[in-house]
Amino acid sequence: MTTGGAVGQLTRLLALIPWLLQRPGVSVADAASEFDISEQQLRADLGLAFFCGLPGHLPDDLIDVSLENDQIVVTNADTIARPLRLAPDEAVALLVGLRALADLPAPTGPDVIDRVIAKLERAAGDAADAHRNVKVSIEGAGEAQEAVGTALRTGRRLALEYYVPARDEVTIRQVDPLRLLLVDGQSYLEAWCLLAGDLRIFRLDRIQSAQVLDTPASPRPVPPVREGIFDSDTAAWRVRLALSHRAEWVRDAYPSTVIASEPELVVELSVADLGWAKQLVMRLGGTVRPLAPPELVDAVRTEAEDALAAYQSH
Amino acid sequence: MAVSRTERLLNLVICLLAATRYVNKEQIRQAVPQYAGCASDEAFERMFERDKDDLREMGIPLETGSNEVFFDDEIGYRIPKDAYALPPVAFDSEELAVLGVAARMWQHATLAGATARAIRKLESVGVDVDPEALAVIEPRVDAAEPAFAALWDSVQQRHRVRFHYSRGGAAAAPRRLQPWGLVSWHGRWYVVGHDDDRGETRVFRLSRIQGDVTADGPAGSVVVPDNVDITASVRMLAQPAPARTARLQVQSGRAVPLRRQGTVVSEEPGASVLDVPFEDAEQMASIVCGFGSAVTVLTPADLKDAVVRRLRTTLESISAASAGGAA
Repeated sequence: MTTGGAVGQLTRLLALIPWLLQRPGVSVADAASEFDISEQQLRADLGLAFFCGLPGHLPDDLIDVSLENDQIVVTNADTIARPLRLAPDEAVALLVGLRALADLPAPTGPDVIDRVIAKLERAAGDAADAHRNVKVSIEGAGEAQEAVGTALRTGRRLALEYYVPARDEVTIRQVDPLRLLLVDGQSYLEAWCLLAGDLRIFRLDRIQSAQVLDTPASPRPVPPVREGIFDSDTAAWRVRLALSHRAEWVRDAYPSTVIASEPELVVELSVADLGWAKQLVMRLGGTVRPLAPPELVDAVRTEAEDALAAYQSH
Repeated sequence: MAVSRTERLLNLVICLLAATRYVNKEQIRQAVPQYAGCASDEAFERMFERDKDDLREMGIPLETGSNEVFFDDEIGYRIPKDAYALPPVAFDSEELAVLGVAARMWQHATLAGATARAIRKLESVGVDVDPEALAVIEPRVDAAEPAFAALWDSVQQRHRVRFHYSRGGAAAAPRRLQPWGLVSWHGRWYVVGHDDDRGETRVFRLSRIQGDVTADGPAGSVVVPDNVDITASVRMLAQPAPARTARLQVQSGRAVPLRRQGTVVSEEPGASVLDVPFEDAEQMASIVCGFGSAVTVLTPADLKDAVVRRLRTTLESISAASAGGAA
């Protein structure tokens, strides 16, 4: 699409000329980088446009391109001064992205995204037809959606009731929101947690309730987004599990090291919270046997005994 | 060769855009210098036909008509400026910020490229998009599945597709589909459409499509029914509505995911009784056991039995290990 054949080159030229007309004097390097082509290709494109123009093809009819000091100035291209309408794939990619954003807490005023969508639909016309047939569905923050958006917009502190699955409990804490992250279809709030005294990432659908406080959030630098933001760097426990055949998938599902494969498969996992390992063992009902640490073995035993007791008393 | 073709096409576009009336073929042949080299009328005709196809393929609205309604005037061509050009569009600063976020959200090369082209066109009509705007949102939407690009094309061009699909480790089987739409749900892409072999609406997970997706049939041949909600279809078909209900006693403040799925029957001191839908008793027993003593099954009996059996097995496996001195 970018450089392929006459159609590709013409498509690019019809976008390039209007873009250059808006930016007289832009450098060759900047224009090439914006259009994701080499400077050589850009010069070839411009050289070609230079010989084109209105019927008659007298000097006054032709597009004029000046390349002094590597700065591009295009003139006399009124006929193609406006870009071609959005192609369907262009309109759809942009609109689907915008609709996905609408599922997140709004850090802008209400209806802003709807307004942008409406304007683009109007501008794109038929090209936008297919956009309702592509959807990026995102879990937002449910009832807490509005409070999270308001706190981000106004820079205020939030009081959260947040469910921590590893401990199966709802925690209460105050946080200074930094930004929203959208990764793999899940949305998260990255915030400074006053309880932990550190940056924390909260999954929006685990926020039970959120209340915007009058206290302004303390200004903090927004850190760069890390790759693998959810990799735990506080893996406090090394957990050893014996896996039966039916539970061998555990080895592949979580980062683990195989300790032994005979007579049974034994793996070691690094986990931040022993509660998580306890839940895993409980869910797998006997197909996974906890070996270490002893705290885990005891926790599973106690939990299973307590759970069973409820049935015996009934 | 390509260079002179591009020049010819560009001159043709300018000629037809500048025209206020329909321009007939002979006039076009005169006006576009690159047609002058045609050795014969036939050669020109062939070249012009191909050029028209190329312009239409690019989405350029090439109109055919005649200037004189009452006479059998020769057919002419033009490109109406309003149909060709992106109309003026203006955004306020908040709207621009949102556009900036949308401009950087796609990780997939096909979609990122299409978005970048759209943004450049908007910039060319004076819209000043700032891709670094609104740093409080860092959206990353990907489409890592190899089948994505072909299905993305098919949904826009509305043509049928064929592919091989494998479920639950079974051998891949050929499928024929009229694709209606694509949905990313919980980070996975699904295609929903009419399965031509089974004669009903089906959903396919893109990661389970093996090999290439091939176009089958002409563009525009797939008609998406008006009343279909693509997202709802995926949710429903990818995860069928559970048929059964479990009555559970849940300690206060615990097992929040179950509370979300269920409805409260009654509140007692320190606990609630919930009705939670489920499909498979073993699967549900596994979930219930994960919450340990926080959740007790009241009914149905088979679910209760499954939970009790699992809890006993867990305890036995630990005791056996301790008794045998393993670990």
